[in-house]
Amino acid sequence: MTQAQPIVVQRWNVLSIAAVTSLVALLVALAFGPTYLGPNLTDRITTLFIYVILAAMWNALAGYAGLVSVGQQAFFGLGAYAAIRLSNAGINVYLALALAPLIVGAASFPLSALALRLRGGEFAIGMWVFAELAHLSVNLDGLVQGETGTSLIALSAFAPDVRRACNYWIALALMTALVGLVFVLLRSRTGAAIQAIRDNEEAAASVGVRVFATKRLIFVLAAAGCAAAGSLTLSTLISFQPKTYFSVQWTAYMIFMTLVGGLGTFEGPIIGAVIFFVIETIFGASGVWYLVGLGASALLFSLFLPRGIWGTLTDRFGIHLMPVGYRLRFGSGEPR
Amino acid sequence: MVNELVQGILLGCYYALIACGLSFTFGVLRIINLAHGSIAVLGAFVVWTIAEQWNISPFLALVAVAPFMAAAGWVLQRTVLERSLRSGALTPLLSTFGLAIVIDNLLFSKFGADTRSMAPNIGDLAFASWNLPGGVTIGQLALLTAIVAVALLGGLQLFLARTPLGRAIRATAEDPDTAELVGIDSRKVYAAATAISMVTVAIAGTFLALRATFDPYAGSAQLIFAFEAIVIGGTGSLWGTLIGGIVLGVAQNLGSQISPQGFLIGGHLVFFAVLAARFFIAGRSPGSLVRSLRRTSP
Repeated sequence: MTQAQPIVVQRWNVLSIAAVTSLVALLVALAFGPTYLGPNLTDRITTLFIYVILAAMWNALAGYAGLVSVGQQAFFGLGAYAAIRLSNAGINVYLALALAPLIVGAASFPLSALALRLRGGEFAIGMWVFAELAHLSVNLDGLVQGETGTSLIALSAFAPDVRRACNYWIALALMTALVGLVFVLLRSRTGAAIQAIRDNEEAAASVGVRVFATKRLIFVLAAAGCAAAGSLTLSTLISFQPKTYFSVQWTAYMIFMTLVGGLGTFEGPIIGAVIFFVIETIFGASGVWYLVGLGASALLFSLFLPRGIWGTLTDRFGIHLMPVGYRLRFGSGEPR
Repeated sequence: MVNELVQGILLGCYYALIACGLSFTFGVLRIINLAHGSIAVLGAFVVWTIAEQWNISPFLALVAVAPFMAAAGWVLQRTVLERSLRSGALTPLLSTFGLAIVIDNLLFSKFGADTRSMAPNIGDLAFASWNLPGGVTIGQLALLTAIVAVALLGGLQLFLARTPLGRAIRATAEDPDTAELVGIDSRKVYAAATAISMVTVAIAGTFLALRATFDPYAGSAQLIFAFEAIVIGGTGSLWGTLIGGIVLGVAQNLGSQISPQGFLIGGHLVFFAVLAARFFIAGRSPGSLVRSLRRTSP
């Protein structure tokens, strides 16, 4: 006799409660970082926070909205440039660093009208052309002095220790805010729309998902997030050379982190950023072969492990640490 | 002014030459190969090495290299592109981007950061030119590039329209599954198309090395120029690519009249202007290769 079993919709389980609790504990521990990490480690961990932001933003774009961009360095560079411009206009330097991502995010809104009409490879290289154009235009600004570049001089008013701790905390706060925003987005009604678009754009549109508006939301978020990473990088490096900030290398890093961690998963890019951070710390000095290794990993992962490390693990074992989705489980009743 | 226009057109023919292979693969395989520019630079380095080692003309070296590039294209299709194509629309972008990073940095580890040129290997041809009335100068090498570009694009168009393999490629581009039903091996057709594309890339890489300098990281700029030419001319149409290249070259030359940075900015601005026009004025009508191919068939 077949009788329908009651089905329970579940969002949280023991594992995800434990994971979120330990994540919060980790963030609290990290908040006190500058007090127990040495100056060197504080700087390095600040860089890790920036990598997590970059990976999470690129993943939101490619993994969820299905938009592979090779031009995210445009926003990274523009974020740093906007901070320099604002600070030069007499605005408090930390306010300038905070406002820059918002301005770049707002500026990306009109751009999205053009960019989001491009498909697949056209979008990928179209964004790259935009990054080149942004780079050349910034070079035209007399303040930047072409490729010679300039510095965020106002920052040198602060003692190095104070600056280091401030950078760390701002990076931690922005990382938490941006990754948290992706988390909240994914759990919301929009999140369901985003994941539907990822799986099949036409089908999503047919059930009433506003595809363009949803993609635009992600596009603007990713632009502002990458700009935040650029402005944070400027606060740690102080110097601004357009060539460094508008380098396609940044996008190569984002692609590596996301692909290795797991494209289209929430946890993947964070894991990918940690892996990239460790690899960079160990092999970064070996120059060209390190870059060959990064490129080869991106190539091999895309071909043989397209869901990345984390995506493969979740597919195989059904582990979901962050409660971004729903699960259906048979409720009480005899298992057959 | 007239001279600038002529120089722009000649430069544009080079862009059409470098875009030819990219346009062809995009039309047949429906993917944009992000390693396209890097492969062109790889071809330039291989031709340069052979020309230097054996002390022969770069054109002879190119003839020797072409079969190997075709073989490399076949391997590229079988190992990377075919697998990428199976796993969705985004994967080819990611895998070819990874491949581009690998090629660029391997070239750097082998050849270092020095910029090179093959102009010294061709004697007078590199700088000889004809002076026409009205202050117009036509470089012999630039004219040769233009002739090769037109011949290559025209040859490919004829090949697609008239030969059995060309017909098989058109059929597969339109619908691989249906092509299989009438006995076409789509895997072979794809591999042949990539092989052909790689030969055109080797030719383009050689001309890059003849007319200017190149270094291991020169690939990304070539990819961008090629892509701009394709988009300006209308995605997937081979003659459109020639027109797109010329528009790009003229825009760059006019831009350079305004400011030194205007060369690149002019080209990028025309690219975005054409995109905007395509979306907002003319509506969405990207001419696909399939459509342009149908037009060529009798």
